[in-house]
Amino acid sequence: MQVLVIGCGRVGSSVALELDRLGWEVTAVDENEDALQRLGENWSGGFVVGHGMDMKVLRAAGIEEADAVVVSTDGDNTNLVIGQVAQKRFNIDTTVIRVLDPARAALYSEMGLWTVCPTQTAIKTLTEAVVSSEKSPTGTAS
Amino acid sequence: MYILIAGGGKVGANLTRSVLDLGHEVTLIEQRRERFETLEEEFEHRVQVGDATELFVLERAGIARPPDLVVAVTGDDEDNMIICQIARDKFGVAKVIARVNDPRNQEHFDLLGVTPTVSATSIILAMIEHEVPAHGLIHLLQLRKENLEIVEVQLDKDSPCVGKLVERLQLPTGSRLITVMREGEAQMADGDTRLEAGDQILAVLEPGKEEELRRALLKQR
Repeated sequence: MQVLVIGCGRVGSSVALELDRLGWEVTAVDENEDALQRLGENWSGGFVVGHGMDMKVLRAAGIEEADAVVVSTDGDNTNLVIGQVAQKRFNIDTTVIRVLDPARAALYSEMGLWTVCPTQTAIKTLTEAVVSSEKSPTGTAS
Repeated sequence: MYILIAGGGKVGANLTRSVLDLGHEVTLIEQRRERFETLEEEFEHRVQVGDATELFVLERAGIARPPDLVVAVTGDDEDNMIICQIARDKFGVAKVIARVNDPRNQEHFDLLGVTPTVSATSIILAMIEHEVPAHGLIHLLQLRKENLEIVEVQLDKDSPCVGKLVERLQLPTGSRLITVMREGEAQMADGDTRLEAGDQILAVLEPGKEEELRRALLKQR
């Protein structure tokens, strides 16, 4: 199974490494050549330097044969556009898009995209941590 | 008319001034604080600071009314696409206009259904092409919605179709000759029109058929 990881920063590189470990054939795409270093010296998967909006770059990375695409550049709008290109132009159902803004993540999820919002997860986890401490015996003293 | 303009660069600022002169109500959104302050001196309360791809910024600017027209003219194509998509799909804005900065992104605008678009680069390129027809075929008009375009072809003495009747030409499916301009006069391109060197032909065709049509009318290269 082949997967493209577009945007090879902290998140993208870790996703690429983990999928590679699980036996996926991974190609990472990043504008910055230095991003390759995040994948380590032993990286045996693909790596294409270029912008994910560029169709030539997407094709060079093998998007036409891909079974899944992870879009995780540092720009929400860039991710939303690339994600729609992967889903609508190349018909890749498993197109997962990172969107940091919870409002846009929710909106585009309603519109049929598979968005993942780490900010929303952080909000929930932080809030729940505080709420659960309130319920604990030490916190109910007064 | 209520017009929302996203992006207060040169295009956005000049556009704001122009539509205000026409008597329309305008809100301009600019992201860069420094630029916003400059714009505020001229446009006062009509300019707001913020990222126009953020829902609360759009809402503050009155996107829910909704505006009659949203114009996205930031320097970032992704932002322009997303602004128009949100305006149309989330807030039911009837008409959007988007600026294309990099012509290579045009197909993404098309894919997302963001139309019409305006690209200064493409317009200037078309004008250059018209002056210097590199491939003997000039794009005159693109009807995106109708999936048709109109091109002009100038025949020279080496064109394989010179001396032939229009009805005998092997034209690509999805294309048709409209008129033949000869010695300053246009005539309809009927089946019994015989083509001559120097003829300027107007043809309508489906986008993507240009190369086939060029091969049919002009010499091979």
